[in-house]
Amino acid sequence: MTVLWLIPFLPLLSATLMLLSAGRMPRYLAAWLGVGSIGLAAVCVALVARAYLADYQVQELTLWTWMSIDNFTPRIAFRVDGLTVVMMSVITGVGFLIHLYSVEFMWEDESICRYFAYMNLFVAAMLLLVMADNLLLLYLGWEGVGACSYLLVGFWYRDPDNGRAARKAFIVTRIGDTAMALGLFLLFTELGTLDIQPLMAAANDRWQIGDTLPILATALLLGGALGKSAQLPLHTWLPDAMAGPTPVSALIHAATMVTAGVYLIARLYELFLLAPPTLAVIAWIGLLTLLLAAFTALAQKDIKRILAYSTISQIGYMFLALGVGAFASSIFHLVTHAFFKALLFLAAGAVIHCLHHEHNIFRMGGLRTRLPVVFLSFLIGSAALAALPFSSGFFSKEGILLSAWTQPGIGPWLWAGGLLGALLTSIYSFRLVFIVFFGETQTEPDRQPGWQMAVPLIVLCVLSLVGGWFVLPLSGVLPDPGHEPVSHLVEYISIGTPLLGLTIAYLLYLGRQVSIASLMASPAGAAVQSFWYGGAHIDKLYHLLLVRPFTGLAHWWRNEPVDLLYNALVWMTRWGHGRLVVLQTGELRWYATSMVFGLLLLLAIVLRDSA
Amino acid sequence: MGGLQIPLEHVLLLASCLFSCGLAGLMLRRNLIFMLMSLEVMLNSAALAFVAAGARWGQPDGQIIFLFILSIAAAEVAVGLGLVLQIQRRFKTLDMDQANRLRG
Amino acid sequence: MMESLFYGASAVALLATVAALTRANAAHALIYLIVSLLAVAVLFFLMGAPFAAALEIVVYAGAIMVLFVFVIMMLNLGEAGNSREREWLAPRKWIVPGILAGILLLELVLAVRHAPASTSGIEVPPKMVGLTLFGPYVLAVEIASMLLLAGLVGAYHIGRRFIVRRDFSRPGDNS
Repeated sequence: MTVLWLIPFLPLLSATLMLLSAGRMPRYLAAWLGVGSIGLAAVCVALVARAYLADYQVQELTLWTWMSIDNFTPRIAFRVDGLTVVMMSVITGVGFLIHLYSVEFMWEDESICRYFAYMNLFVAAMLLLVMADNLLLLYLGWEGVGACSYLLVGFWYRDPDNGRAARKAFIVTRIGDTAMALGLFLLFTELGTLDIQPLMAAANDRWQIGDTLPILATALLLGGALGKSAQLPLHTWLPDAMAGPTPVSALIHAATMVTAGVYLIARLYELFLLAPPTLAVIAWIGLLTLLLAAFTALAQKDIKRILAYSTISQIGYMFLALGVGAFASSIFHLVTHAFFKALLFLAAGAVIHCLHHEHNIFRMGGLRTRLPVVFLSFLIGSAALAALPFSSGFFSKEGILLSAWTQPGIGPWLWAGGLLGALLTSIYSFRLVFIVFFGETQTEPDRQPGWQMAVPLIVLCVLSLVGGWFVLPLSGVLPDPGHEPVSHLVEYISIGTPLLGLTIAYLLYLGRQVSIASLMASPAGAAVQSFWYGGAHIDKLYHLLLVRPFTGLAHWWRNEPVDLLYNALVWMTRWGHGRLVVLQTGELRWYATSMVFGLLLLLAIVLRDSA
Repeated sequence: MGGLQIPLEHVLLLASCLFSCGLAGLMLRRNLIFMLMSLEVMLNSAALAFVAAGARWGQPDGQIIFLFILSIAAAEVAVGLGLVLQIQRRFKTLDMDQANRLRG
Repeated sequence: MMESLFYGASAVALLATVAALTRANAAHALIYLIVSLLAVAVLFFLMGAPFAAALEIVVYAGAIMVLFVFVIMMLNLGEAGNSREREWLAPRKWIVPGILAGILLLELVLAVRHAPASTSGIEVPPKMVGLTLFGPYVLAVEIASMLLLAGLVGAYHIGRRFIVRRDFSRPGDNS
């Protein structure tokens, strides 16, 4: 299959061209190149996907041997199976829509060329990540998307806060990446290969379920996944990463990059199945994250931060599904989440774009009639996010909750937690909708979204609605235990919970049946509000536990106590130099006389010895 | 010709005297030309000692070392006198106590 | 007869050297130095080294000293230089060099005091010197030739006039 290599190559080529132009490319050319390359890549993906769906034949392509060190010979090679086809479709499909949207969103920015260069580079790296046939190439893509995320979060670098957010995103994910690199080292030293399929075969051969080594290796890989996918305890970077342009948040921090951790675990599922404790940890981390992030989202004021916490929460669902072994359900939720969260972000971007870069939801309101397309998008996106029946999110979340329920032992607890999360999701989604689009108008929009914005929104609306009926070609690639029939009561509860949340949100924020203001005014209410507004103070905790001691240590080390010894040496040398320099008079006769002194001394010694 | 038999220590004593004179001159004189002359004297005294030692055993090695000393003296004088000209041109004097720019 | 010739030449050499090093006039000093070198050449001849004696006259007293003559003529220091030299030769300036040289002489005398026997009196002909020079010492000859080449190049470079580009007392001022 010859078009395979074109898929990551096209975005890479256009990114290179734009970077080489050093930002001097005319903006319409940059836009055409940026959107066109992704569009062509999407067409190639469609061709590949059609070929795969025809006969379910895994396609492999080896370009060249990357390096050859002893018996370590990673190749630049692609392997495309059902999981990869799904991921590639999401990346190029949603990516294309977001690029198209960006044309209008970023048109007035002077660095639009740089923007598209980074975006294309990101898409290329992300495609490399999902297409890689060995873990080293995957790691290259993994780091590549991390670097692009850094560049794009700090895109408006003139504001130091954005730079700080970019560094935070980079450093926090770096902690996870370091663990992942260690995991790769461990896998290579133990199994002697990093090619994914031979590696999993070798792992199955050599290790028993529950051995220490697979647990250690998967725990280290999990560290990387937690960092990239913004799960507890490495989730703090994602809300700050909203400093980047909104389409960036939609593409990188909602649809694709943050789900790389989910992809990694699904890709290496055979390895993770050998380590049940790791899977249990994944499930609990997912549950904790989704609850914590949902509570936090409930208290936020910034429209993008709400969506960011919602993303963390939804990825928590995916981790929950991974943890209970429902890999296919997890990927399914990944896909539907990519649709509706990209939709929500783009709609939020449209609101921000039309409202003079206003981020505070309490200064919006009544936009239902002013921005009808955006309102429709937001409504559909929120419905899918809240998993209202027959939206795409409903099917995927339903699958996850039922898989959790059927998990022996801890299953009902996970299910109950997930259900609470679903309730909260529903409340904060519709809180957002009610506050932004209903009530009195606070700020008048000064423009309407153009077709480049409207078309992606509408397409994503459709996808968010019908995405639930997609059948992903994952059978044979990922195991799905397929939960046994559960009692209808459980199903009804699952269906009813989002509706309950919608009702609560209506009562609190739209119907004004229950006064939220008086609740907030009470000291306890204010304390709770402040606690969750600060993201459960985890940032402060890290600041106290990690950053402060580190800067304190750095401050102490700034005086370089170890160097005192060497500085003393330098000082002594200098002092000696200052004393001895007087001997160097520059007078030839003085030198001759000194030499005579030496000569006399030497001769005297010789004479004494010979005597 | 030749065949003279002299106590070796007399010749070496002469060489020592010449060497000491040269050294005293080197330390005493401030004029670069005289310093070079003192060096010549010292080299010559060393050559004398070598030749005398060669004569003691009737071997040619002493004279050969004298040849090498000769070539060293020639090279040294060539460079040294070149320096004399440069220093005279630059400092307008040959007083080496004034040409002490290379001090610490 | 030969012995008296030897001691006579020795005395000439010593006196001429002392005189050469104490003159104020460079030309006079040079003449004394040449006398000293000629006396040493006589000593070489008497000790049975006619080749060395010939070279001492031709190369040392001839060629090398001629270089000194050229330089002294070029510098043309004149009477002002001579009077300054006399000033520099004041007796109290002698103290330290004199003492140091005296100690050295003492040590040298102590060192050579027990020199074995006397010179052999056997003449070492130039042929033998030449055979040895280009036999076991051929590598040293090569090194000496390199040294002379280096001296040649160095003297040519240092002696060039246009090397003077900058007045050291006023940096940046090109003269």
